[in-house]
Amino acid sequence: MTSFDQLLQFIIGGVSTGSIYVIVGLGFMIIYSVTRVVNFAQGEFVMLGAMLTVSFYKAGSPLGIAILISIAFTTLIGILFYQTIIYPIRGAPAFALILVTFGASIVIRGVALLIWGTGPKHLPYFSRTNPIQISGAILNPQALWVMVTTAVMAIGLFLFFRYTVLGKAFMASAIDAFLASLMGIKTERMGLLAFGLSACLAALAGSVMAPFTFPSTSIGLYLSVKGFTAALIGGLNRIEGVIVGGLALGVLEALGAGFLSSGYKDAIALTILLIVLTFRRHGLLGGAEAGQV
Amino acid sequence: MEGTKTNKIRYLSIGLFVIVIAIMPLVARSRYYVTIGNFIGIYGIVAMGLALLIGYAGQVSMAQAAFYGIGAYTSAILTTQVGLNPWLTMVAGAILSAGVAGIIGVPLLKLEGHVLAVATLALSIVVSTFFVELRPLTGGYDGIGGIPRLSVGGFMLKADFHYYYLIWAFLFFLFILSHNIVHSRVGRALRSIHRFSGGSEMGAESLGISPTKYKVQIFMLSAAYASIAGSLYAHWVTFINPDPFGIFISILMLIMVTIGGMGSLWGAIIGSCLVFLSGELFREMVPRLIPGASGEMEMIAYGLILILILLFMPRGLVSAPALFKSWAAKATRKASG
Repeated sequence: MTSFDQLLQFIIGGVSTGSIYVIVGLGFMIIYSVTRVVNFAQGEFVMLGAMLTVSFYKAGSPLGIAILISIAFTTLIGILFYQTIIYPIRGAPAFALILVTFGASIVIRGVALLIWGTGPKHLPYFSRTNPIQISGAILNPQALWVMVTTAVMAIGLFLFFRYTVLGKAFMASAIDAFLASLMGIKTERMGLLAFGLSACLAALAGSVMAPFTFPSTSIGLYLSVKGFTAALIGGLNRIEGVIVGGLALGVLEALGAGFLSSGYKDAIALTILLIVLTFRRHGLLGGAEAGQV
Repeated sequence: MEGTKTNKIRYLSIGLFVIVIAIMPLVARSRYYVTIGNFIGIYGIVAMGLALLIGYAGQVSMAQAAFYGIGAYTSAILTTQVGLNPWLTMVAGAILSAGVAGIIGVPLLKLEGHVLAVATLALSIVVSTFFVELRPLTGGYDGIGGIPRLSVGGFMLKADFHYYYLIWAFLFFLFILSHNIVHSRVGRALRSIHRFSGGSEMGAESLGISPTKYKVQIFMLSAAYASIAGSLYAHWVTFINPDPFGIFISILMLIMVTIGGMGSLWGAIIGSCLVFLSGELFREMVPRLIPGASGEMEMIAYGLILILILLFMPRGLVSAPALFKSWAAKATRKASG
């Protein structure tokens, strides 16, 4: 394998994982833009989606149905999470909201451990084609599924936010919740929509990536942090930014793991996060805490 | 004379607490209780630092594990590979941790709360990855063994209960130090910043107080606390590996501080006691109730407790007497029409 092929391989791998980060990041963005909450449980929703799909498939239902049920289930959990926990304390100081989503992520992970244990899960590839050859590098067709799903999701969200009434109401709430409520937009419903939509996207992401990432119940935390990094690079409010952020993160990670040591892989993503936060973000996200006059 | 009465009660309870702590190893039936006491003390020190940070700087930090680890590893490496005096390595660890906190803190503490939480989580993960990967320095997964004991005067501290008294002495010293800080000019400045204690950042800035500067100072202080605790741990157990320094510790700390009460030093200690004791209880009881399940139930319980406390008693258990009073007052008002 020539070194160009090797580089290409890393980049392809990076784009595959990067696409997953994009989806997780979009989920963060959706929730944060409306509720100003960083949902630590986002990665766990992805994990749930993957686990549920595997379970339903193993129980005998066809793959497509399994995915749909899993998405429905996870969306329901996301909505319940909002209704019972987030909404009641929405006026609380930032640390309470952070800790609450963090507590929820722990609970979800614990329950998942109880149900599914610690081993990696297997899901068959969606399509039975052979690995695709690009120059000297190999592309796993399932990764293509992931990339296509991500693209469809991103475009779908873009169209939704720009051209539907509900989507525009959502954007209005994201820009200024108070003014939006003056216009008659129910911001609680927007929060509900945000959580439901994010959970739905997360479950889909989990299902699509399951066949080639062999998910276990512990993937949630790292996915959360990396997805958040992707969202952050996009300023937490631009779809295009999240896409760039996620893909860049994936590729940098793959390159780093390839040329340095694989143990440092996670550290790379996080160091990027810290660097980005140090130099770009504090201006974009504002210095004062949300809600202070 | 409400004031003097509550003061007397407070001093009495502190005195009682000190006595209980002091005689515990002498009346304990087995060394196991002393070991628990050591852990409660060590975690209590870390938790106190975190309580200060959350309570007075309003910042949720998941970086405690990182500094705890830095303290432990600095002590371990400097004593085993360089041969420095253990006390010196403790100081070195504290300085290093505070330094890292200071450097990272300046940009990070300007961030909005949620983002800071993720950043500190990232920091913890990065640091624990380094503990594993920098094998020549840290021994990787195998860790570092043969860490020398601490000695006071010529007396080498070997037994668990030696460390018990040492740890709790440190805890009380740091408690008093924190108390003084809270009631000093710095503390007042901090309270003016934080919304939780009735302040506002903009208001503080208009008075010439720089929120970031004070937040960074508290961040550095809490890092030093965690580091000291880590060093104490290293010299007590004489062997460390990356295991105890992962994000789990950060989670545990947050739970302790939340349960005990955010800005409260007492809360941190109470939280540490409760969480650790209930953890042990769990590990004893749950395998009997549900065969095979232990770690997961603990996780679920911790998460649920965290959520419930935040929903119903966000100021933690130390606010329970105040909450009870107001509840009782409301009840009597309703009853009398």
